[in-house]
Amino acid sequence: MVDTRETTYPGRLPRWGNADLVDCDVQVAVGSVDVLAPYLDQRWRDYLSESGVRAIDPHQYPKGAPISALPGSAPATGGPPGSDLGLLRAQVLDRWQARYAVLNCGFEISAIHNDDWALAMARAVNDWQAAEWLAPEPRLRASIVIPAQNPELAAAEIDRLAEHPGFVQVLLPVRAEAPLGKRRYWPIYAAAERHGLAVGIYAGGASGNPPTPVGWPSYYLEDYVCLSQAFQAQVVSLVSEGVFTKFPALRVVLIESGFTWLPALMWRFDKNWKGLRREVPWVDRPPSEIIRHHLRLTTQPLDEPGEPRQLIETIEQLGCDEMLLFATDFPHWQFDTEEGVLPSGLRPEVEHRILATNALETYRF
Amino acid sequence: MPKYVVATVDEIPPGQRKIITVERRSIGLFNVNGDFYAIRNQCPHEGGPLCEGVLSGLVRSEMPGEYEYVRRGEIVRCPWHQWEFDVRTGQSWFDPAKTRVRAYETTVETTTSLATSDADLVDAGYTKGPYEAETYRVEVDQQYIVLHL
Repeated sequence: MVDTRETTYPGRLPRWGNADLVDCDVQVAVGSVDVLAPYLDQRWRDYLSESGVRAIDPHQYPKGAPISALPGSAPATGGPPGSDLGLLRAQVLDRWQARYAVLNCGFEISAIHNDDWALAMARAVNDWQAAEWLAPEPRLRASIVIPAQNPELAAAEIDRLAEHPGFVQVLLPVRAEAPLGKRRYWPIYAAAERHGLAVGIYAGGASGNPPTPVGWPSYYLEDYVCLSQAFQAQVVSLVSEGVFTKFPALRVVLIESGFTWLPALMWRFDKNWKGLRREVPWVDRPPSEIIRHHLRLTTQPLDEPGEPRQLIETIEQLGCDEMLLFATDFPHWQFDTEEGVLPSGLRPEVEHRILATNALETYRF
Repeated sequence: MPKYVVATVDEIPPGQRKIITVERRSIGLFNVNGDFYAIRNQCPHEGGPLCEGVLSGLVRSEMPGEYEYVRRGEIVRCPWHQWEFDVRTGQSWFDPAKTRVRAYETTVETTTSLATSDADLVDAGYTKGPYEAETYRVEVDQQYIVLHL
């Protein structure tokens, strides 16, 4: 079935002119494990076929949910949305005239509980990204997927790929096995900082932890809405554990996290830090200062209040014009018209920072 | 500057405190390793009874996992919101630029020195006369804490 909307890509908003644009969140999907076969050792290829594993999919974006895919983003030849370079060129790079787009592959390495197999799959996904996406398309950059369940192996995988200029970020799932500030994860941050890579925390993870702090919800709606709680917990952990004191050059990007919750979190965090900071003496500045310096957030999906002015006020409450990174979240269906890609009513200089400047300062393009 | 005898030294052993009321002000009197300090028992934040809070130190750190515990027994934390103040100076150490609590001078004096001090009479406008009655030495082993309001 062909949706008529798929053939029209009117392009950028006229007010942007020729301004630089970087799309900081474009999802690529591994259609099936067969795609990875050329990048796996024979031992793991046979392991997959002998055990009958066809896909590793925790269904963060269920196939039938409208939000999961823009109409026309699935290749006609089969395979999931976000698995075809031609469509990605047309629907992201050309449509928005993007200087760069950052690929985030949500392949759930965290669902694999065998550390060696997890590393083998991560390596395969990374080599597949390098060969089939980065090599043919110079406007693309990619994120390194890692077996976060074993941070030493993860750091080694980061080191292996660090010299490849196409990789600009390391991905961690927001639903990790533990709060991401914990020292067990520090080898990952050390490697990222060593190589000038951002750490991207994406809206996924199959560690077994529910998306909410109170257990498993019943509905996809709850799962989707409550994921911002997991992001909040990770931000509080990263700051409180002193990750940014230990790794002062580290940048963390929250991907698909939303951002309207952040001002209130910073108010609460600062206030309670004043009374409890003796617990975390390495947090030597108000947490909001640390957050503004080290944290970046992608713009889609946007939380949209009925009155657009309220969203602009919330962005002003962030207290910093450097935090938001333009993102379409392709191929997820987060907005209907070009106007919907960003909040309306931004001051032009802020809009230009969001479109590209912030990304250019965050990533090693 | 009026002076008030507010406690005996042995009432407040090192590490202990006494809350007193002088001229309708509630004041905390602290013994820090044998030295006595007094600060207003009213937190500048929300007016909490600051001097009833935990007496502790401050923790410094350059790096996660490293702790340097300093000024033990010299920092009082308001029981309401845990704001921290130096009992020796009233200085706040959570937000030093903005907050300080009133500190008062204290001295330790003996019965004799208190009894032989002329300051209050001079202050009251009296002039010493030419005569001096015979006096006898009285042994005292008590010391008093004097608050200078």
